Amino acid sequence: MSYLAVEDLSISFGGIRAVDDVSFDVEEGEVFAIIGPNGAGKTTLFNLVSGIYSPDGGSVRFAGRDITSLPAHRIAPLGLARTFQNIELFEHATVLQNLLIGRHVHRRSTALSHLLFLPAVRREELEHRRRVEDVIDLLELAHYREQRIANLPYGVRKVVEVGRALCLEPKLLLLDEPTSGLNPEESEDMGFWIEDINRDLGVTVVMVAHDMGLVSRVAGRVLALNEGRVIAEGSAAEVQKNPAVVDAYLGAD
Amino acid sequence: MRFLFKTHYNQDIDHLKHGGDRFWYGLLLVLAAAAPAALGTFYLGELNLVMIYAIAGVGLMLLVGYTGQVSLGHAAFLAIGAYTHSLLLGAGLPFLLSIVAAVLVSALVGAGVGWIALRMTGIYLAIATLAFAMLTEQTISRAEWLTGGFRGLAVPQASLFGMPLTQGWQHYYVTLTLLVVTLLAALNILRSSTGRAMVAIRDSEISAESVGINLAVYKTFAFALSAGITGLAGALFAHRLGYLSPDAFTFLISLQLLLMVVVGGVGSMRGVIYGALFIGFLPQLLAIARDTLPPQIAQAPGLEPGIFGLILVLVILFEPQGIFGRWLKIKSYFQLFPLYRRATHRRQKTYLRTERLR
Ligand SMILES: Nc1ncnc2c1ncn2[C@@H]1O[C@H](COP(=O)(O)OP(=O)(O)OP(=O)(O)O)[C@@H](O)[C@H]1O
Ligand SMILES: [Mg+2]
Repeated sequence: MSYLAVEDLSISFGGIRAVDDVSFDVEEGEVFAIIGPNGAGKTTLFNLVSGIYSPDGGSVRFAGRDITSLPAHRIAPLGLARTFQNIELFEHATVLQNLLIGRHVHRRSTALSHLLFLPAVRREELEHRRRVEDVIDLLELAHYREQRIANLPYGVRKVVEVGRALCLEPKLLLLDEPTSGLNPEESEDMGFWIEDINRDLGVTVVMVAHDMGLVSRVAGRVLALNEGRVIAEGSAAEVQKNPAVVDAYLGAD
Repeated sequence: MRFLFKTHYNQDIDHLKHGGDRFWYGLLLVLAAAAPAALGTFYLGELNLVMIYAIAGVGLMLLVGYTGQVSLGHAAFLAIGAYTHSLLLGAGLPFLLSIVAAVLVSALVGAGVGWIALRMTGIYLAIATLAFAMLTEQTISRAEWLTGGFRGLAVPQASLFGMPLTQGWQHYYVTLTLLVVTLLAALNILRSSTGRAMVAIRDSEISAESVGINLAVYKTFAFALSAGITGLAGALFAHRLGYLSPDAFTFLISLQLLLMVVVGGVGSMRGVIYGALFIGFLPQLLAIARDTLPPQIAQAPGLEPGIFGLILVLVILFEPQGIFGRWLKIKSYFQLFPLYRRATHRRQKTYLRTERLR
């Protein structure tokens, strides 16, 4: 059984079938990319897998568990983290606070003990902080630690979002267009980080990307969507040559 | 400019981060404790009222400023706290127990309101909480057998550790102690995962869900906590009033509480104190203004709510960070002098957010 198994997943909005009978499997430890022209249904697929939407049909299994009908807040603790295409950070909080919020699934104390801030709570806070500092080191965010998100440039926000997802200590990471809007150097860094996250931290990565350079560099397998349907699957080179994919991109442009 | 060199993560966790903090807050506490010796009965009473407002403000700030859930009905929790406390005190419960019970009852009702209003945000939530407050006011005036309705309910005299609370200074110390306890509890919540979950919900519900925060649980909790603290203020407010009737807890009070939070500075506990001082002494300012205004305006009905509303709108338009934000700007002006630029505090561009998901 695959690590992430998506089967016949569908959802419609009004008349549009945004995701239409999509099936694919992701194996533990790989980097899997999803490509497709605008409106293909890539983000919607992520929203279905991460529990933001519940599908009209089909199923999602993650690490051997059926998560199809679980709400997002019950999926995250299983080890699934994600980022958003348009960046959804906690704007009025600092980078540090954003990352600490990412540790939510690892909390051990109750709200009552928080009111009193018992010694155990302080110990727990210190532990969270140490884990967060590891992520800050990895993503070179030390310079921005105390800054509010609202004051940060776009490129840094993109990195902070990846950082927040890493603070969950996920087993599976969904990245929705991690390099969109980044300049070439920032994109290059992001590519390296994705490789590090996958190789050194052992996190399975599924990413949506438009940047074929990035895809062929880091992704083992690629899935191409168009109008909600799977049109091709294989290695980056295979998928890029696939006539249906070429058509879809030409048709869309 | 001063640089803080941090050598341990504890320094980011502690309430008082350095010697300066410890000195100024210590001094403030000493001054507050010494106030009864220096102030006359009237001003001590006013200060007591300001601190009661501040307690309610802490409650409302947790909800509005930190969880992002607006409430135009907090007068209801003030009322529930006041009536519960007075009735239980009348039934012979000791002062402290009766206070605790008032907090718990208010929190329970708050949890109910929060739970019912789960799917509402913004203006709809404001209307729902307003409706709840009106319902509470009606219930109190109809349930004459319990509350005395408009005839009113005399607040029994309390005694603490066998000592009857008759003097202004006694109430002052009780309020001061409870304000400090409330502030500490609120700040403790804010520096732990519960408080961070609240902030997360305020800034992005979809992200909050995606990092594993159960929106229903934390929103309901925030409502309960906020209502409980406001209920505490209500219990103390009862002694200040001496006589409870439904018209002591009108919409005007809810508006005043919201004004305090917004004027003080949304998202800051220090702002609550500034806000409480502001609304505590606003009536005096209004009274002075009345004397100087032409009688057609000064005697106009609804002048007070009108002015409250106007201030609320002006603050939201021109200084959304409230008094606290203004203070930070003045402080950094002096720290950076002469390098301060007008754009120093201008927000950077906001980027597109995932609107499709709303
Ligand atoms: N909440 C929603 N309500 C209505 N329609 C939606 C919603 N979410 C997505 N859609 C529609 O579903 C289709 C797929 O959208 P989706 O955002 O998944 O595309 P995408 O592949 O991520 O595109 P892009 O490359 O532009 O990010 C689009 O036609 C979109 O308008
Ligand atoms: Mg998309």
